[in-house]
Amino acid sequence: MSDTTALLKRAHELFPDEVVTSAHVRHLDLPLGAGTFALITLDNGFDHTKPTTFGPGSLAKLSEALDQVEREAAAGDIAAVGVTGKPFIFAVGADLKGVEVLKEHSDALAIGKGGHDVFKRIAALPVPTFAFYNGAAMGGGVEIGLHCDYRTVSTGVPAFSLPECFLGLVPGWGGCTILPNLIGPAKAISVIIENSLSQNRQLKGKQVFDLGIADAVFAPADFLEQSLLWAATVLKGETVVERPEIDRGEAWDAAVAHGRAIADSKVHGAAPAPYRALDIIAAAKNGDLQAGFDAEDAALADLIMGGELRSGIYAFNLVQKRGKRPFGAPDKSLARPVTKVGVVGAGLMASQLALLFARQLKVPVVLTDIDQERVDKGVGYVHGEIDKLQAKGRLNQDGANRLKGLVTGSLDKAAAFGDADFVIEAVFEEMGVKQQVFADVEAVVSPTCILATNTSSLSVTEMASKLEHPERVVGFHFFNPVAVLPLLEIVRGESTDDASLATAFGVAKKLKKTGVLVKDAPAFVVNRILTRFMGEIQTVVDEGTPIDVVEKGVEPLGLPMSPIVLIELVGPAIALHVSETLHGAFPDRFAVSENLARVVKAGKRGFYTWASGQQEIDPEVAALLQVGDVVLTPEQVLDRALSAVAQEIALMLDEGVVAEAQDVDLCLITGAGWPFHLGGITPYLDRSGVSERVNGKPFLAPGIASVPA
Amino acid sequence: MPRTARDVVFVDGVRTPFGKAGPKGIYAETRADDLVIKAIRELLRRNPSLDPARVDEVAIAATTQIGDQGLTLGRSAALLAGLPKTVPGYSIDRMCAGAMTAATSVAGGIAFGAYDIAIAGGVEHMGRHPMGEGVDPNPRFMSEKIVDESALFMGMTAENLHDRFPHLTKERCDAYAVRSQEKAAKAYANGVIQPDLVPVAVRRTDEAGGETGWGLATVDEPMRPGTTMEMLAGLKTPFRPHGRITAGNAAGLNDGATASLIAAEDVARELGLPVKMRMVSYAFVGVEPEVMGIGPVPATEKALRQAGLTIADIGAFEINEAFAIQVLSMLDHFGIADDDERVNPYGGAIAYGHPLASSGVRLMTQLARRFEERPDVRYGLTSMCIGMGMGGTVIWENPNFTEGGK
Repeated sequence: MSDTTALLKRAHELFPDEVVTSAHVRHLDLPLGAGTFALITLDNGFDHTKPTTFGPGSLAKLSEALDQVEREAAAGDIAAVGVTGKPFIFAVGADLKGVEVLKEHSDALAIGKGGHDVFKRIAALPVPTFAFYNGAAMGGGVEIGLHCDYRTVSTGVPAFSLPECFLGLVPGWGGCTILPNLIGPAKAISVIIENSLSQNRQLKGKQVFDLGIADAVFAPADFLEQSLLWAATVLKGETVVERPEIDRGEAWDAAVAHGRAIADSKVHGAAPAPYRALDIIAAAKNGDLQAGFDAEDAALADLIMGGELRSGIYAFNLVQKRGKRPFGAPDKSLARPVTKVGVVGAGLMASQLALLFARQLKVPVVLTDIDQERVDKGVGYVHGEIDKLQAKGRLNQDGANRLKGLVTGSLDKAAAFGDADFVIEAVFEEMGVKQQVFADVEAVVSPTCILATNTSSLSVTEMASKLEHPERVVGFHFFNPVAVLPLLEIVRGESTDDASLATAFGVAKKLKKTGVLVKDAPAFVVNRILTRFMGEIQTVVDEGTPIDVVEKGVEPLGLPMSPIVLIELVGPAIALHVSETLHGAFPDRFAVSENLARVVKAGKRGFYTWASGQQEIDPEVAALLQVGDVVLTPEQVLDRALSAVAQEIALMLDEGVVAEAQDVDLCLITGAGWPFHLGGITPYLDRSGVSERVNGKPFLAPGIASVPA
Repeated sequence: MPRTARDVVFVDGVRTPFGKAGPKGIYAETRADDLVIKAIRELLRRNPSLDPARVDEVAIAATTQIGDQGLTLGRSAALLAGLPKTVPGYSIDRMCAGAMTAATSVAGGIAFGAYDIAIAGGVEHMGRHPMGEGVDPNPRFMSEKIVDESALFMGMTAENLHDRFPHLTKERCDAYAVRSQEKAAKAYANGVIQPDLVPVAVRRTDEAGGETGWGLATVDEPMRPGTTMEMLAGLKTPFRPHGRITAGNAAGLNDGATASLIAAEDVARELGLPVKMRMVSYAFVGVEPEVMGIGPVPATEKALRQAGLTIADIGAFEINEAFAIQVLSMLDHFGIADDDERVNPYGGAIAYGHPLASSGVRLMTQLARRFEERPDVRYGLTSMCIGMGMGGTVIWENPNFTEGGK
């Protein structure tokens, strides 16, 4: 034990700011005369808004509690031991701040081993052990329960997961090893790999029971009482827990293979964590727990010292913290209330925006367009989407009635917008048209009504320039699909005032969008970077590199889709239009591809066809392309593309398009779905040396998204 | 329209263990509403043949109806206990007789035909809601001498009762209290009380109260087995210098909750629910507020009169022991010995505690146990004194009664 103590002591010294979780031991008389129960409550002393975590100091406290119950169990003073949490929270795993500060492989190894050493003592107790999952349980919180003999779970548990692979770790305090041995590899992989790589999907209490992780499930109203009663029946032999036999034959290997296919489809081999987890799960087939624990320790240490995890934690913090407290946004007290919204245009984008505003703001939303038919179509679309939500059970009849009542259409802008506080336009991308729309709207709205534009490439400042009150104009750039991608680029024009900007950020928050403050610059952030990226790829293709080599080149990034497929999703015409816009602004860096123009002119929707059931280059497209004879290797393709991206981001930061590289990464994660293991992109550019080579310096200081110096 | 009154029965009753009010008590960090919710859930769990949707009313009593004892507790507790949203509920207050009044009120509704089945109970967390919290007595009480100042302080009314009955001495009261503790300890040893207790998970974060973390309340905290006359003799008399009322011969300040199922007898039998007691009559009567402890006497007389019975017909008494003097004044009135075996055979509130508005159902639960043990007893009563000068008595018939007994 002294080894563990020393280990934890050193780890604690590295992390003096830890919020230490206490492990309170309290004794109680079980019902049915089943004896004295030592119940350990994990509690960090704060309420549920600061969930209980494990750092080295917390593990040391748990170790002390185990010293006590070990003595009592040996003396025959207690019949059983249990673990539960403070109200609403069981425990949410390792404290990530404690991981971020680690600089040495040996210290990283100690974190894994320290956790194992303490948790294993629970399993080694000579009396039966129970975990009562009363509330949110994640990572190490889930794992401490896995070391117990029995588990109960509350139907009120809102979140239960092993999210390690999502961040770039493996469940390394027993999760990879014990879970497949408890519930079988297929179910374990659904939790460890599939859920965590699906935007960190969480299980609810009932699912935890259905998966066989918990042996009994009880309602939250008297969860602990019923759990203790159940424990008493187990101790008295009245309840016998039977678990299904695990198939340790081919089914195990098949489950692991399926897990690899899931990992490939999510991270395309580019992030090591899920593959390390699968290796451990594969090896756990023989039931040798200690070998599994050792493998977990090694995997944890390697991953903690690796760039992908540091990028993952950085990305997680960006989304969780910076995404919620937008950098550079004016004081929110300046925001004006928004009690009615106007939408100019009733096309698909406008209708999607109307639905979003109605659902999240729950205020009247009026669509206008140039004729009744278009208005009716737009309103009809929204009402149809509301019906779909109701059919899916996302809305009840009252809720559907309310939303439908909120969304109306009108041809009379004066009547529709006269009392609106926020009017957004989603009309054709042409400066003259948009200026006219804003002039028309300004004539009928109050002087403080926000005028927002969903433009993706036009200048917000120019759009506002002819208005009487240009200070009320903001850019409000959504990303498709609007209901799915969280990013909202909020563009400050030259005249935009703080109150209007604060109002825009307030609306973004209510829309549950990640608002990022952006300067009025061509194509703002995401489209500029993606266009530069895709433009470079297009140039490489135009110069003569075959498309399959290009695909191979960008594979190591593990992007959600290849740039070639992305062109199809965006639409070749729009991709071409944005590249033309950026070419106009920066002709030396943004080319307009003649091949792309040909594809657009031919009315093709993309480069690929799936007619044969497989992804193949559309022969008609191939026939259109006129390419050179410069053929690059995949490595050269990647280098060209990344160099272009690194250069563009550096220029954007110099121009002050956003405040910091962190904002670029936040935009790429939330607006383009770029993966956590890249940290958006700048951590990857830094760690792969591209930043240094292209710009002469990294984007981020050491320790921000990398191992601290 | 023609209407037939229906027989009303006590199907089942449960309670939480009672706790000592205050920062070190077992429920110091437990909400009042959670106590009664756990009692309601246990009641339903114990009676699985009852579809919760059949519950027509949830009447929950609390004396101080603010905070976690407010918000129309009967309704909010029903929702939080997981009863169907169609089940209504309300709060009720008659101070110490809250739960008793909840039972008699729903009984009236059942007899009238408005309900088939109802939940009646009460809760008082005197730690979170000390007696008198937030009260604002009308100054006319004093200016017009409608009541004496002592009427608002229960301990003072008990001292007043001693003044009225000088022969009911402090020694007799202390002896009564010692017996209450002895009988309660014996009842625990015989396992009479525990089956009707619902264990409550209790959290403690303050080390001053003992081990911290989650624990489980399974037994009544206020009990003091082994109490002797000598121990009681030296206690302080907080309500008067050289007075007679002490912490030893009165119920303490407590936290706890109770819940019972009250039903039309025909419906209970149709659903296969137990019928533990049949309600015969009930009465609430006002007395001088300064001697509120005498309230059970006229209430009992009225209930007996309505039932066409005499005190001699009553074979089992469950009298709330707010104060020993209050019990003795009733026994004295009816000529019953201080240590009559028919009275509070399992001990009473002096031992178990008296969380005001919850206690009425505890009396019923214990009387039901007595009826089960003693099929030779046909009639019993539950009775209690009530603040502001009242008494309440319910007379019950033993469905297990067989001529000649067991």
